[in-house]
Amino acid sequence: MRDVRKIILGCIMAVLAFMFLMSWMTPGSVNAQEATTVAPEAEIDRSATGGATTLEDIMRRQQGLPVDNDYRAENVGNPESAAGLSEQLGTLGGASDPDLWRGMRFNAADVTTQVRGPAAEVLIQDRGMWWLQFREGPLLTYGGYLLLGTLGFLALFYLIRGRVRIDGEKTGRRIERFKNFERFGHWLLAGSFILLGITGLVSLMGRKFLIPAFGHEAYAWLATGSKWIHNNVSWAFMLALVMIFVMWVIHNFPDKTDLKWLAKGGGLFGGGHPPAKKFNAGQKLIFWSTIVLGVSISVSGLSLLFPFELPLFAKTFAILNTTGLPEMLGFGVLPETMTPHEEMQYAQLWHAIVSFVLMAIILAHIYIGSIGMEGAFDAMGNGMVEEQWAKEHHSLWVEEVKQREGKAPSGATPAE
Amino acid sequence: MKAMLFGFVAIAVIAVGADFTLDQMGWSAQEQGASPSNVRLD
Ligand code: HEM
Repeated sequence: MRDVRKIILGCIMAVLAFMFLMSWMTPGSVNAQEATTVAPEAEIDRSATGGATTLEDIMRRQQGLPVDNDYRAENVGNPESAAGLSEQLGTLGGASDPDLWRGMRFNAADVTTQVRGPAAEVLIQDRGMWWLQFREGPLLTYGGYLLLGTLGFLALFYLIRGRVRIDGEKTGRRIERFKNFERFGHWLLAGSFILLGITGLVSLMGRKFLIPAFGHEAYAWLATGSKWIHNNVSWAFMLALVMIFVMWVIHNFPDKTDLKWLAKGGGLFGGGHPPAKKFNAGQKLIFWSTIVLGVSISVSGLSLLFPFELPLFAKTFAILNTTGLPEMLGFGVLPETMTPHEEMQYAQLWHAIVSFVLMAIILAHIYIGSIGMEGAFDAMGNGMVEEQWAKEHHSLWVEEVKQREGKAPSGATPAE
Repeated sequence: MKAMLFGFVAIAVIAVGADFTLDQMGWSAQEQGASPSNVRLD
């Protein structure tokens, strides 16, 4: 009975903590006020500029509000539509510099440049502001709170549930759970992921937290180092991802035992230990999250590592649009043509969002693989686990191992 | 714990190797972004 009460209390506290965080995070009021100071597009009076861009247009663009570009798109150097020479804005007989710039803005100018690189000829793109604001705003805020919330939840879980102990009498006998090579792959993955997570957060959050704390000079060093680590350690992560997929996928296909395991909540809150094979349903979820999200992070990361060479989003959006899903979900029709820079912006956002999700999941994994469960770390530490631990958490796997050992001549290592 | 140590060392080795190899293959930002006629102080 006491356990049940503890669980209910835990749930209530978790919900309250979540609501508290959410109330902190909503920046709605500020934005609403800013928005009202700008007149809606239809009412913008351009007579003072002779039909050209006004301050209001500029403010709207900076705030990422919708801007009707028609009045400018047609105005790219046609002498007919230019102001007369004698008028205030009538420079260079209608082929004025502003027209040239407008031509560049709408990709109508013939640009030749010495600079190499795929996107060198795009001199202006105007979709950067919403990206910058999103990156500094919701991405950073919600991402940060997701990680803090996860840590808070784990701390709460530890207080309520405590460490998952080995229930039965320890046998003193140990059985091999992971071979050297498997543990090498795991630590290649884990070490690189943690480095990537930390250096990624340094890059995203440095401006907001580290520069105010340590100054520009110190952050410049930190940022340069972080960037080097982030770019180059990524290869170890990708290699390790392939390794653990090849080594462990065979143990991670869902089956009937998973349903029973999930129905019992993994036995985390009493009710005995549900049977499990080498990996239980919870671990399978960790495995597939790591694979699917890890691959997505890797692909978007490669797109960022080789700027403009591997654009992903225009094509993806086109495919999504044909399914009609984005419109059904209220996103409207997604953009199918974009500047190279916009491609990079989407890659950055996707890379960061998926990383935040995987980091939160992995925090829980690290918890249960170390302080959260007695005897678990040994599996990845020296590869040998206490037999009683194995019987409690992976009963079907132990039976399998025993059977194999029984068949093999004594002293011989069982063939995998 | 040897496997763990090997894993961590491998991360460092792969990182340095990747940096060197990509640079050799012409993937440095300098080679990607500047044309030969650009004036650039190395
Ligand atoms: C200090 C950090 C970490 C510790 C202490 C740790 C610990 C462990 C342990 C003990 C196991 C074996 C569980 C068992 O015997 O069944 C394991 C498995 C695994 N680890 Fe980690 N790990 C860490 C970091 C990571 C990271 C960063 C990732 C991925 C990015 C990762 C991915 C996996 C996967 C996919 C498995 C197999 C599935 C599972 O058991 O959940 N681990 N880890």
